[in-house]
Amino acid sequence: MLRRLKPLLFLFCLVPAGLLLWNAYIVVRGTEGLTDLGADPIRALEIRTGLWTLRFLAITLAVTPVRQITGLGALAKYRRMFGLFTFFYACLHVSTWIGIDWFFDVKAMIEEVVKHKYIFAGMATFLLLVPLAITSTNGWVRRLGGTRWAKLHRLIYLAAITGTVHYLWAVKKDTLFPLAYLATFLGLLGYRAVQLLRHRRARARGDRRPGTERTRRAVAH
Amino acid sequence: MIIKRPSDLPPSEITPEREYLGRRTFLRRAAAVATAAVAVPRVLAACARHQDAAGGGGEVESAGEVAPQQDTPNSYEEITSYNNYYEFGTDKEDPKANSGRFRPRPWSVRVEGLCKKPGDYGLEDLLKPHAIEDRVYRLRCVEAWSMVIPWQGIPLAAMLARFEPQPSAKFVAFTTVLRPSEMPGQRRATLPWPYIEGLRMDEAMHPLTLMATGLYGKRLPNQNGAPLRLIVPWKYGFKGIKSIVRIAFVDRQPATTWNIAGPDEYGFYANVNPDVDHPRWTQSSERRIGEFRRRRTLMFNGYADQVQSMYAGMDLRANY
Repeated sequence: MLRRLKPLLFLFCLVPAGLLLWNAYIVVRGTEGLTDLGADPIRALEIRTGLWTLRFLAITLAVTPVRQITGLGALAKYRRMFGLFTFFYACLHVSTWIGIDWFFDVKAMIEEVVKHKYIFAGMATFLLLVPLAITSTNGWVRRLGGTRWAKLHRLIYLAAITGTVHYLWAVKKDTLFPLAYLATFLGLLGYRAVQLLRHRRARARGDRRPGTERTRRAVAH
Repeated sequence: MIIKRPSDLPPSEITPEREYLGRRTFLRRAAAVATAAVAVPRVLAACARHQDAAGGGGEVESAGEVAPQQDTPNSYEEITSYNNYYEFGTDKEDPKANSGRFRPRPWSVRVEGLCKKPGDYGLEDLLKPHAIEDRVYRLRCVEAWSMVIPWQGIPLAAMLARFEPQPSAKFVAFTTVLRPSEMPGQRRATLPWPYIEGLRMDEAMHPLTLMATGLYGKRLPNQNGAPLRLIVPWKYGFKGIKSIVRIAFVDRQPATTWNIAGPDEYGFYANVNPDVDHPRWTQSSERRIGEFRRRRTLMFNGYADQVQSMYAGMDLRANY
């Protein structure tokens, strides 16, 4: 593949954030008329940054299945980038909530987290992503060792579920899109579950072919 | 905040439009308000004075919210491009985008039930005997956003009096038109169609309750519930049923669509109440469209003085 692909892909991943920030700037500038963010730009920012978080989460989780099905091993080197963009959009989402929606009203926000389950689920999702972002570097992979790193990073499955549940509990009535995301994540997780079962059965059968152990670990994360 | 005739206010009390626009926070839009020309400054002056005089509910400024001091009407663009009208789709932009094919005329309303003058009334026949009034009201959505809207319409009490409801009529029930050919959202069972709503008789006859026919001096746009839209400003916006084709006087509390769709989330009374949260989100504060900081939500949406007597002794948590 082209050596320039990764930087190019990086820029593409920034485009949604760029557009949102540009629109937010126009809103702040206060020129006449509504922007693409509509009459409630704060809510629009929250919703869109949240959706991009879920989309990048899905993209990140799709790397391994797509790689295995198509045989395109090169995809592996983009997985960390997509994972970090997931965290990037999650940060934008949480920052909008804390700094713009609630304007740093800590007392009110703590009440929100404690009293309202969709906020609790959202905050839990963000907190799950933090250690994953911190330990995303090669240095940390070495420090933890491959197996422990892989176990830690299985938290991403939990984050996908809590993130989708956060979305589902936040919508008033139209659960179509949240359920579509849920179906997507269940599919991506289901794929891994199936792969895991197949390899466990293969090992139980006494199948000691070289590469099996490596394949199992690769599939598990 | 009832404004019957702009000429009630002496010219000396008119606040120059420029001053009011200057107070807006950075998100406010001016364009549409300018078109409302003469009426708006007088109305704004009266709103501001009423708001300050009433003390706005005695709110205290806290870290996250600003005590509201005035209610500037939202722009025509905001009011007509940000709507919950699931008959046209569930996104806020959908009603404006998808209601182009809807025909609000010719229109007739079936009046039935416990009254002396039931029948099918054409729209012009319904409106002709009454003077259209200007009413600037806050509208508070159950989703915790709000706007200030300069409606035109007829007091519901006046409209209903014509049908001579009988003493046995304890409630009024309303129904929205069912027209999936012109309302694409009705082809999906997002809500059980047609949309139905209802009010207790005293709520329906209350001076604040309005049957809106226009806003900003223009006919009601399709996305705002043309040609007839109920406005009950002290209740959550979903009580304001749109595109009404049926009015029925009944003796039992009528079923209402959002209560059917979410019985523990949406009640019959749906009075704006900062002390009773929605099960999933807070109702103690709201986003006034166009403003940056959240506002503290007011009991009965700031109309407590005028409506709370109807609910004296009622458990408003149980009767959400």
